[in-house]
Amino acid sequence: MKGLNTALGAAGLAAFLALGEVVPRVGIVKEAYFPPTSRIASAFWDELQDGAFWSALGDTLTGWALGLAIAVGAGIVVGVLLSVVPHLREATASTIEFLRPIPSVALIPLAVLLYGTELRSVLLLVVYASFWQILIQVLYGVQDVDPVAEETARSYGLGTWARVRHVLWPSALPYVMTGVRLAAAVALILTITAELVIGAPGLGATIAVAQTSQAVPEMYALIVVTGLLGLLINVGARTVERRALAWHQSVRGEVAV
Amino acid sequence: MRRMLLRLLFAVALPAVLIALWWLASDGSTNVYWPPLRTILKTFPDVWTGARLKTDVLPSILRLAAGYATAAVVGVALGTVIGSYRRVRAVCEPVLEFLRAVPPPVLVPVIMLFAGIGDTMKIVVIASGCVWPVLLNTVEGVRAVDPVMKETALSYGVTGVARLRTLVLRSASPQIFAGLRQALSIGIILMVISEMFAATDGLGFTIVQFQRSFAIPDMWTGILVLGMLGFLLSVVFQVVERRVLGWYHGLRAAARRTP
Repeated sequence: MKGLNTALGAAGLAAFLALGEVVPRVGIVKEAYFPPTSRIASAFWDELQDGAFWSALGDTLTGWALGLAIAVGAGIVVGVLLSVVPHLREATASTIEFLRPIPSVALIPLAVLLYGTELRSVLLLVVYASFWQILIQVLYGVQDVDPVAEETARSYGLGTWARVRHVLWPSALPYVMTGVRLAAAVALILTITAELVIGAPGLGATIAVAQTSQAVPEMYALIVVTGLLGLLINVGARTVERRALAWHQSVRGEVAV
Repeated sequence: MRRMLLRLLFAVALPAVLIALWWLASDGSTNVYWPPLRTILKTFPDVWTGARLKTDVLPSILRLAAGYATAAVVGVALGTVIGSYRRVRAVCEPVLEFLRAVPPPVLVPVIMLFAGIGDTMKIVVIASGCVWPVLLNTVEGVRAVDPVMKETALSYGVTGVARLRTLVLRSASPQIFAGLRQALSIGIILMVISEMFAATDGLGFTIVQFQRSFAIPDMWTGILVLGMLGFLLSVVFQVVERRVLGWYHGLRAAARRTP
């Protein structure tokens, strides 16, 4: 069954690539706008030989990883703090609900003014966007703590820190992991966006350059790279999630089936 | 009554404190980039009333609405088809996973090639970014339709449109709404970016224009407008969701009461 699915998936992918080759060759869309798969593939190959491509990729990954790390750290600390300290959750609820839907791209003009095309302006956008993903998940996760476990820990005389460590954190972890997975995808989107719009060095800026210089196959090749990057990040985040939650029912259940 | 007042107090206290802090901290500010809040608020009505509402805010919102609606219809329709047939799903899955992984903003340069820089380009950009969360969530939702209910519907002879409406779409609707919610924030991002790239009107265009001409207080008011727009849309979404998914939330609450 699994083998059949893989075969069907591969067939679908092959059909998709073949369609990309045939459609522009037959002339349904102009080749200048949508080059055939083979030309994109050769542009992709050329990019791989190019040092500038690798440094752009490095810049993008740096912005992504740093931004995500800051957002995860801050989100977890703030989330736990808000849930542990009495009334803090209630007092901040309206503010969080207001700040969360503010689109992070609104900060682009400000980032440009403050930091220009530096890494810091990328980080500003990435951290703002992914922080909320983590924070909300942490808050949901903490709400999900089993009251019986919480009371038991209390009656055994565990202090606040011990309760956070042994009761709250394990119950919230599945939610946190979902948050990290979502935030990893959002962070990539915002990193590329910042580079594309602001011009901070990275894959986004390279795409913008390729577009303005009419290097259409290169532009498509770079877009394919960002897609592959997104795919890799998704798969990576899922693997980390499964490792970190190996003890948790949801993952153990998955394995048994 | 006292409880409600207390809750209101909790809701208003922190925002009030933060705004007061901002006001005080920026009051004597001579930094060009951080103008006093007083100046920003004074500039606000000059910038965002009258003509600009019609020339910039309205076009932005219309583009967002058109793109979002297109994405919702296409996403739900395709998602239902893909979710209903196992073979179709197996064929499409790797391609869909890849297309979803492409960060939506990079579509702006591509779609500019095809559709120029007009309204069509922006609507297509918004739609093609928003469609993935809707599509994939619909697929998951349709897949997860309770098999017992499926059998029941089959044996009662519920088929065609009735089956789609009362069984498939209904039981997938919580998932579909989760996708629509994700799509909304992507939509706003794409609306702004597509206007920042190439446009002659719209919120994104105007804000960048302010920034480039160093009209800093005006730029700040633009950021505030975008913030309010995001907030308003998410409130509207919540209201709609509560209406449409009322039966589901009720069911969940009932299940929680009787464990």
